[in-house]
Amino acid sequence: MQQIFSKPKSMKKDFRYTFCPGCDHGIAIRLIGEVIDELGVREEIISSTSVGCSVFLYDFLDIDAVEAPHGRALASATGVKRARPDKVVFTYSGDGDFASIGLAESMHTALRGENITAFCINNTTYGMTGGQLGPTTLMGQKTTTSPTGRNKDYYGYPIKIAEHIALCDGTAFSARVSLDTVANINKAKQAIKKAFQVQLEGKGFGFVEILSSCPTNWHMTPEEAHERVRNEMMPVFPLGVFKEI
Amino acid sequence: MTTEKVLIKGNYAIAQAAVNAGCQCYFGYPITPQTEIGEYLSGKMQELGRAYVCAESELGAINMVMGAVSTGVKAMTSSSSCAVALMQEALSYAASDELPVVLVNVMRTGPGLGYIYPAQGDYNQAVYGGGNGDYKIIVLAPSTVQECVDLTYRAFYLAQKYRNPVILLADGLLGQMMEPASFGEYPYPEVDVSGWALTGAKGREARKIYSVAPDEKKQIQHIYDLHKKFEVIAENETTYEEFNIDDAEIVLTAFGSMTRNIKAAMNVLRSKGIKAGCFRPVTLSPFPHNRISELALKGKDFAVVEMNMGQMFKDVKYAVDGKSKVDLINRPCGEWLSVEEIVAGVERVMQGGKAYAANI
Repeated sequence: MQQIFSKPKSMKKDFRYTFCPGCDHGIAIRLIGEVIDELGVREEIISSTSVGCSVFLYDFLDIDAVEAPHGRALASATGVKRARPDKVVFTYSGDGDFASIGLAESMHTALRGENITAFCINNTTYGMTGGQLGPTTLMGQKTTTSPTGRNKDYYGYPIKIAEHIALCDGTAFSARVSLDTVANINKAKQAIKKAFQVQLEGKGFGFVEILSSCPTNWHMTPEEAHERVRNEMMPVFPLGVFKEI
Repeated sequence: MTTEKVLIKGNYAIAQAAVNAGCQCYFGYPITPQTEIGEYLSGKMQELGRAYVCAESELGAINMVMGAVSTGVKAMTSSSSCAVALMQEALSYAASDELPVVLVNVMRTGPGLGYIYPAQGDYNQAVYGGGNGDYKIIVLAPSTVQECVDLTYRAFYLAQKYRNPVILLADGLLGQMMEPASFGEYPYPEVDVSGWALTGAKGREARKIYSVAPDEKKQIQHIYDLHKKFEVIAENETTYEEFNIDDAEIVLTAFGSMTRNIKAAMNVLRSKGIKAGCFRPVTLSPFPHNRISELALKGKDFAVVEMNMGQMFKDVKYAVDGKSKVDLINRPCGEWLSVEEIVAGVERVMQGGKAYAANI
């Protein structure tokens, strides 16, 4: 019998995702695994880790990785890449890690045009700690630390990460994708691949912001959560490629 | 590289020694009085095809070092006092992750921004650490520009030998001072890092360098293991200097560049008939508690001379453990305690006078 579906080779042999039901991290990590397989770079990869639910990637991908404190993944990755320019270096963070506590490190890595690939899961909340207001929390969104909803006077505004990264001269590729439909998952995979390819070609910083559901902290079913991604997130965080050289 | 002596500033000596030691990457952010280290290396590293990054902050810099050393190369950053405070989180991670980070702290005055007067106020920060959890850093304190070279070499070696962060704790006086020094060759063997360094999972299992242990027993064991390692470091690497210690009644004790003046003060005291000796820890961590304890049991008193409010003083008192008298002669920052001030301070404490602050 012909096998037509299997786990990517760059993923560990035996594991079960530990994410909440309906969480999109699993899809994102699988896509990264597939792209690593297709590019044939698993044995060349050194990754710097994040803090938050995103850190579980390292339980599932069978790759070399070094721990970085919360928000410092891109600084750590810069160190790895400068020490070993021949290696393939990527990071996988949540919006809090990448764009709140780590905004300086993330943006300066893009500005320096480091040949590094970075992925950021945007689910509009701090997922691991139970759903607090984060840098991408939408206006009006209720969280455990914005109980009456985000308003500008009290909390300020969410950041549009992919657009900001696209403004950096060192960025070679910046896109925002979503995992809410099969069509969008396929587009997400293309963007993930492109973000690796610009690194392999030495063009500079490759970045993909991945809109993701967090049914647990949004208090929704997985289906409702994907509807929220479409109806509430996409109008504020439009999908698309914001820079490509 | 030459064995001839050259007249060189402490900061440049540290930078050139790092180059000689095979440091492949330097990451840093400017702060007086250590900026010359980064300035020197910015040109030198490019010339040699090595890496130099003007980091966005000290947070960025130390984390870049952690990333770089995780791949098995030698890398360093340098900074000063209030900016080293920013790096404490990373040092805790580096100790837990057993990453061979080398950090040079050319101390200035604190607390807070303070100013660029020389001081030794970061003893506690270096030796006891500002990061979270139970961890230990190796701390080396040079007292001359020659030792800036020698201990930079040793810092790179010890960091890789024990997979432990090392701080070279210098001060503004030493960083800005010119003295003759010879570089020689890097005197240590290269440490084999192939058993743990991240190079991509080619032909082997993937490696994770991690401090997260969502397993209570593993977490407990990890902390025990780190401390057992440091016991080995203490056993093998504790170093100190002594002068005229055998017949000494009072032992002037200092670290770093204050060592220079206690040696001179000892000679003046001897000429006055006071049996003074000198003791100087080279490794502040591991600290030579055992030797100080031995000397205390022989009845020798201690006068700790330092440019802070009595930070090493407490370690000496802990080692002496009430077996003899320990006094403090100090100033928090600024002009180094002169030989005359130290001599006057020692005479005063030997007569049972107030020990605190020589300039009062």
